[in-house]
Amino acid sequence: MSKFEALTGNDAVATAMRQINPDVVAAYPITPQTSTVQKFSEFVADGLVDTEFVTVESEHSAMSACVGASAAGARVMTATSANGLALMWEIVYIAASNRLPIVMSLVNRALSAPINIHCDHSDVMGMRDSGWIILFSENAQEAYDNIIQAVRIAEHPDVLLPVAVCQDGFITSHGMERVEIYEDEDVRAFIGEYRPQWSILDVDHPKTYGPLDFYDYYYEHKRQQVEAMKNAHRVIQEVAEEFNRKFNRNYGLFEAYRLDDAEVAVVVVNSTAGTAKVVVDQLRAEGLKVGLLKPRVFRPFPAKELVDALRHLKAVAVMDRSISFGSMGNAGPLFLELAAAMALHGVHIPMADYVFGLGGRDILPSEIESVYRDMLRAAETGQVERMVTYLSVRE
Amino acid sequence: MATKLALKELIKQPTRLTPGHRLCAGCGASIIVRQVLMAIDDPVVITNATGCLEVATTIYPYTAWNVPWMHNAFENAASTISGIEAAYRALVRKGKIPDRNVKFIAFGGDGGTYDIGLQALSGAAERGHQFLYICYDNGAYMNTGIQRSSATPMGAHTTTSPAGKKIPGKQQFRKDLTAIMAAHGIPYVAQAAPSHWRDLMKKVRKAVNCGGPAFINVLSSCNRGWRHPTDDTIEITQLAVDTCYWPLYEVENGEWRLTYKPKEKKPVEEWLKRQGRFRHLFRPENRHIIDELQAEVDRRWERLLHLCGEA
Repeated sequence: MSKFEALTGNDAVATAMRQINPDVVAAYPITPQTSTVQKFSEFVADGLVDTEFVTVESEHSAMSACVGASAAGARVMTATSANGLALMWEIVYIAASNRLPIVMSLVNRALSAPINIHCDHSDVMGMRDSGWIILFSENAQEAYDNIIQAVRIAEHPDVLLPVAVCQDGFITSHGMERVEIYEDEDVRAFIGEYRPQWSILDVDHPKTYGPLDFYDYYYEHKRQQVEAMKNAHRVIQEVAEEFNRKFNRNYGLFEAYRLDDAEVAVVVVNSTAGTAKVVVDQLRAEGLKVGLLKPRVFRPFPAKELVDALRHLKAVAVMDRSISFGSMGNAGPLFLELAAAMALHGVHIPMADYVFGLGGRDILPSEIESVYRDMLRAAETGQVERMVTYLSVRE
Repeated sequence: MATKLALKELIKQPTRLTPGHRLCAGCGASIIVRQVLMAIDDPVVITNATGCLEVATTIYPYTAWNVPWMHNAFENAASTISGIEAAYRALVRKGKIPDRNVKFIAFGGDGGTYDIGLQALSGAAERGHQFLYICYDNGAYMNTGIQRSSATPMGAHTTTSPAGKKIPGKQQFRKDLTAIMAAHGIPYVAQAAPSHWRDLMKKVRKAVNCGGPAFINVLSSCNRGWRHPTDDTIEITQLAVDTCYWPLYEVENGEWRLTYKPKEKKPVEEWLKRQGRFRHLFRPENRHIIDELQAEVDRRWERLLHLCGEA
């Protein structure tokens, strides 16, 4: 029997880690991720897991140790945020390129400067071309469920890529919620044993990992990563189906909320989707045909599925919690990619980007409502007033 | 029974770093690696920092390594081996793999060890992983074309500390990394040279059996950077030892001990004059640099003798 507990997002992730009982965890404290590794340290200290917890001296060494441990055939996890992820950067790419199925809890926080410990998505958006699978989580339950699924996705022989599971710093990581925690045995049965095909510890069959690789092979190795990402698109859905059967929670590539008969919609990831659902309900009560699309899988980007879910609309707003500085219109990354996907699939409807919440600035239901009202106007006029709006900022 | 440290016994061992790699003729690194690996009878797993040794031994799809080997990046050979060692302990404890008494070795040059990798090395040593870190110290970033490192001797010409008209080579004395590692209080730290191979191999054996982290700093000639004929490698290394520029010693559980004391301490000039990187120091106006270098070698040697209870 599963049970319901009052947990923060970080505690929910730490609980998933206890149930997964990884062979090696290497992590370094950084706000707002810290309470995950603190909680996990207690599990180690109390003998509830038999993980080797490598208390590294930096995030760079955290990811380096994860790479070594994963190459050794261990099941490996880590957690970080913002600047910690930025310090890992070099090795983030190496982890993916060496096809090492590491699972990371990424508690989204604004990148410096100015230094800021609160939520935005500038950290994860920087890793979007690194070769990691990226999943978003609206709340603690989703963070918990995504971490469990991430193990299966990462280790699938057709994938073998690391996975980052995102949740919003403080909003989700420190907010206490009701979380359904499954039986330890059920989680362990779901993830199964990890049986790596190769291990650097196989001393009888020595192999060279991470050799110098020039113009005669490097490109092929990069091309293979593309295949792995393509496979991940399928595997993520297969794992979700199995998860749904076992734990009765419905995950896919994205969640559509009151979208089928909607005329306008907002696309937004992580915790703000929860707030947006409230706004959708309020506007629906007024008889307005509004809906929400909450992407779960950002890498690999499910372009076709997203476009198909949105093509019937009359206007779409994307809400981005980061800026791609110097990009077209200084827009956010989610908007840029979704707008390209829509255009290339021949769907030409008014689209606008709303940047919000940088450095943890609150996003209020009234602000989300204003976005919907903008879109309702755009649906009538057939055009948006502005391509990019920076919500609730002093200008 | 450990293989006897005699050449005719050692030569019967399977080759762990095979010929055919692309290191330069006379390179100290491959000599050191072979001496290190010949000293260990147990299985080994190796990480290697970015550098000459890495690029010249593993150009895909070829490899010169007959043992499990991994390159991750420049600055993280120590943290990578710490992850592998942690995985080994976890998997053995969980009964997933047998305990084969595997020895974990990290190789890095002075760039990857003294400089960019110092933090990772310090962290891994402090955490107490069972691994041996071998620094092959050739006193500059040779792989990228002979740039100065914090291991470069004072006065040496490198491509980023060139002997110019105003500034005659590197201005600073080198960092004493061996002492820094000894200050970590880890069970075994030593300084060695391939010219004294039996001494080096004995140290490696102590290191991998010390029950904790170990560090050995090994002087490694680079004839491209040091500017000497390729067949002078061992002789010039010997001179570094006999001038006490590179003393051979060990720090075992905090006890400092000289493992080789030259019968006659030669002037450092004897070592300098064999290498093109110091040629400019022999101009009259630069003579004072040799004197300063000699004074520093003397100062460090006296300190070492004191630490070893020899003074």
